[in-house]
Order: sequence, then structure tokens, then C-alpha cells
Amino acid sequence: MIRIENVKKSYTSDVQIGPLNIQIPKAGLTSLIGPNGAGKSTALLMIGRLLDLDEGQISVANLDIATSKSRDLAKILTILRQENHFVTRLTVRQLAGFGRFPYSKGRLTQQDEEIVSKYIDFLDLTALEHRYLDELSGGQRQRAYVAMVLCQETEYVLLDEPLNNLDVARSVQMMEHLKYAAAEFGRTILTVLHDINFAAKYSDRICAMKNGQIAAYGTVAEIMQPEILTDIFETKIEIIQGPYGPIAVY
Amino acid sequence: MSELIPSNPPLVGTDAALPRRRRAAGAFRTPKEAKQYWILLVTLLLLGLLAAYGLLVYNNPVPVTSPSFVPVVRRRTVAIVAMLIAAVCQSLATVSFQSITNNRIITPSLLGFEALYSAIHTGTLFFFGAAAFVNFSGVDSFLYQVAAMVVMCLILYGWLLSGKYGNLQILLLVGIILGTGLGSVSAFMRRVLAPSEFDLLQTRLFASVNNADAAYFPLAIPIVVVTAALLLAHARRLNLLSLGREVSTSLGSRHKAGVIYTLVLVSILMAVSTALVGPLTFYGFLVATLTYQAARTYDHRYVFPMAFAIAFVIITGAYFIMNHVFHAQGVVSIIIELFGGILFLSVILRRGSL
Repeated sequence: MIRIENVKKSYTSDVQIGPLNIQIPKAGLTSLIGPNGAGKSTALLMIGRLLDLDEGQISVANLDIATSKSRDLAKILTILRQENHFVTRLTVRQLAGFGRFPYSKGRLTQQDEEIVSKYIDFLDLTALEHRYLDELSGGQRQRAYVAMVLCQETEYVLLDEPLNNLDVARSVQMMEHLKYAAAEFGRTILTVLHDINFAAKYSDRICAMKNGQIAAYGTVAEIMQPEILTDIFETKIEIIQGPYGPIAVY
Repeated sequence: MSELIPSNPPLVGTDAALPRRRRAAGAFRTPKEAKQYWILLVTLLLLGLLAAYGLLVYNNPVPVTSPSFVPVVRRRTVAIVAMLIAAVCQSLATVSFQSITNNRIITPSLLGFEALYSAIHTGTLFFFGAAAFVNFSGVDSFLYQVAAMVVMCLILYGWLLSGKYGNLQILLLVGIILGTGLGSVSAFMRRVLAPSEFDLLQTRLFASVNNADAAYFPLAIPIVVVTAALLLAHARRLNLLSLGREVSTSLGSRHKAGVIYTLVLVSILMAVSTALVGPLTFYGFLVATLTYQAARTYDHRYVFPMAFAIAFVIITGAYFIMNHVFHAQGVVSIIIELFGGILFLSVILRRGSL
């Protein structure tokens, strides 16, 4: 469980995130949605210990992220941002292999290699596994990083806008993969999404943020309500029932 | 409509029946690239040894049988050892520095070592006169210089990287400004020197292994060996650090601690090299750029040896060509910086950006 208690982050006196209080249960896919500047990425980065909190406490699987050792956390929690500096002369497989670093400290065992193979196959990267990262398209590179994150085999996976740079087909594929990883590998995935309909189709829970606060948190059916979404995005949003569930029309 | 959407992702292990080579992520993409690496490394080391041997014995003014043959070789050995130290320091320091800054264009010289070195020497001459300047050599002065350079860096890093807003970009900016400032101060002092004093200074500010004093070696060699060994032991962490702050933190590395540790080692190597043979601005850059072309791997365990081999070949080769082809003595840094500068420009132009 991810437990966030009274977490605050101030950028300036006007721009403040929090206090946030939320508990995200284990397993399943939770999406963070909300308008630009709502604090979604800030919240995600704080949970992923990439950004220090000003106040409050975050614990993941009962480990306080501020006081726990980074290398212990790396076996429980991983975070991936949308844009990553990439090293030249690093292949997809070598990158994915870095996901095993918390366990093998850079000395990959046969078991590590099997795990790496499993996730490379899972993300359809088998044919690309010996390509250098700078020989890939943005979407392929994104998948390679997701492979690395999955290789880490952490219970909690945080993804900051994983659908950035992806076309519709790749976005659908990525969400299918994430949903599958959550369901089959029992991962708890927390992801920032911009597209409400992607969030509605693939999430188990949605957390909506606005002005640095959590505006609504609940199941897809609870959040996909015209009043709630209209209020959050300050745009008229209607909900119609599509073949796969509610669809927001704006 | 559902058939338009890819159904379940491919199941794990469905391609297990496909024949394929052993799947593993080594440091190299293919065994062939690994082989090329080892061939190149051995060739370069042999070339380096050949050039070093040539520098020792080629064109020796006295015959081998003469009793004065050994003293000549001994004198030349000092220069070779200085080259060896400079090669280790500059290659390891530049590669590590570029990895932790995630930038393949900047070099540790940007942190202001060389400007400080030239400021120390110009200041000595300016304030204490030529006699003190000539006396400012020997083990003490070497230690002072190394200490001054390392302390300056530790203060800079400690202050800049531990603060709330501390980051590498600001550190580099401050380093460049400090370097430029020290350079301007030295330039000013140089303006008011007498021509004879200026001449004295100039020989010291041009990097030359012939400036190296064998009296420094008992200090310099252990420092360099220990620091280089620590960096080599640190290679796997460096691989991780080179992925950037966010990824390496997520993978469980204490990124800031790793960066500061690396910077301390880099500053020691740079300080020793600069104090021993003087500033070599483009040498490290030249070596690192060629290394990335030669070693087709991200792995520092393999990048470091290749960087050293290239550094050693370049410096011994440059001296050999300078001494025995052009029959010129001394300022080999001119050659290295000329080629380094051209390479620097071509890399920037080819990549189109910094």
C-alpha cells in the first residue's frame, strides 16, 4: 500500500501542492489525471523519492521513503519519467539488464538474464534487443525503459506519462501491457495519464487532482461522472457509454 | 471493434521454440565487437610501448656500449613515467567526468584546475619575483599545488552539490566563471611582467613532460595508482550513474553521493596531472572522444583500459613525432591541442548541438 499523509511541497508561496492524504491499495492500476499544473507529476516524483517533500510522510509497503535506504526501496518501488537521458552504445538488453542492478549490483546471473529475456519478450522487444538506444524511435525507447522498470520486479511501479510520444496503436499496446503486468504479475502501477479515456478504459482506480489537491479518488465508475470531470477540467465534459465502458466527450 | 485492438500481450516464453543464440547482456553487442575491442586494445598498447621504447633509445646520441648510455636512458625514462601518469590521470578523469555529467563535450578542465594552476604560477612570479618562482618547485610545491586544487574543488562541490538548489549545471557554470576569472587575473599579472620573467613563466605554463620533476614521482605514483584503482573498482557504479540522476536513483543508487565521490577522485587525478606536467586542455577530451569511437560499449570496465591505451599512444606518439620527425623539443601540447581543437569543433558540428 502507498500511504501519503499530509504531504506538502511548496514551490513559491502561491504554488503549493498538498496537503495530500491518500492511500493507494496494493495491486491494480491507478491513474492520476487532472489539468496541467495540478501537481500529478510532483506527487508521483515525491512518492518515487526523486523530489524531497517539504512536509508530511510517504510510505510504500510500510517503508518510509524518506528514511529507508535507497537500495532497499529499489526492490520495492521504481519510477520512470517520460524523458530520460540515454547513453550511447547501450543496447536495449543492456538497459533492461540495469533493472536487475538492485539485486545483482551489475553482475548479471543466469537467473537475471532469464528475467530480462522474459520482459523483453513481453514488451515485443525481442527483435530489437541488441540495438543501441539511439537507433530506436521514441516509442521503442520508451518501451525499452519500461522493460528495465519491469525487470526491477518491484511491487510498485510509478510511471510519469508513459503514453507521451506514442501513437494510438502504441498507446493501446502500452496500456495493455501495463494492465497485463498489473493483473498477471500482481504489480501495483501508478501512472500519470493525460487522456481521460485511456485512464477510464485501463485503470482500476482513478485519482483526479486539481490545484495541488486531490479532487476525487475512486473507481472508474465513480470518477467518470460529467459533474466531477467538468469541475476538475473546467471544460464541459459529457459521459457516454461506449462498448468498453464510459467515454468522456469534450 | 475489439479485433482492432491487439488482444492480450504476447505470452511470455512463446518464442522459446525459436532457435537462437544464448541470450545475455554482456558489455558488448556481439562476440565480434568484443573481439575487435581486445584486438584494438592490444594493438594500441603495443604501439604505445613501441613509441615509449622509441623515445627511450631511438636516436640516442651515444652508442649502447658507451657508459653514458644508461644515464641518457634514465633521463628519458623520467619523461616516459610522466607521460604514463598524465595518460592515466587525464583518460580516467575525463571519461568519469563525462559519465557523471551525462555530457560528452565537457572536460574536467572546466572546473578551473588549469586556470588555478596558471594563477598559482603567475602569482608566485608576480608577487615573489623570479628567484622565488624558480625555487617554487620540489615536493613541497607539488603537494601545495595538488592540495590547493583538490581543496578548491571540494569546497566547490561541497557547497554547490549539497545545497538545496545544488546541481551539476550550476557547478559547471561556477567552474567556468571561476576559471575565466582566474585566467583574467593571471593574464593581467602577465601584462606587467618583464619579458624575461614572462619567458620563464611561459615554459612552465606550456604542458611538457620535460617539466616533470622525478622528485615528485614517489608521491605522485602512489596517489595516482590508488585513485585509479578506486575508480576502476567504482566502474559498475559509474555505469549506473551515467544513466542520469532519476534512473540511477530509481535503481537504488545514492546518486549525489556517487557523483561527489567520483568528482573527488577526478579532482585528485586532474590536480596531480596538472601539477606534474601542466595544463593539457584538449588532451583528455581528445582521448575520451576517440575512446567512445573505439570501444563499442557503455561499460566503464572496458572503457577505462581503452581510454588509457589511447591516451598513452597519443602522448608517446606525439612526443616521438615531435622529437624525431620534426626534430623539435618541448611543447607537445601544441600538437595535441591543435588536433584536439579540430576534433572538438568537428564533434560539435557533426552533432549539431552541445
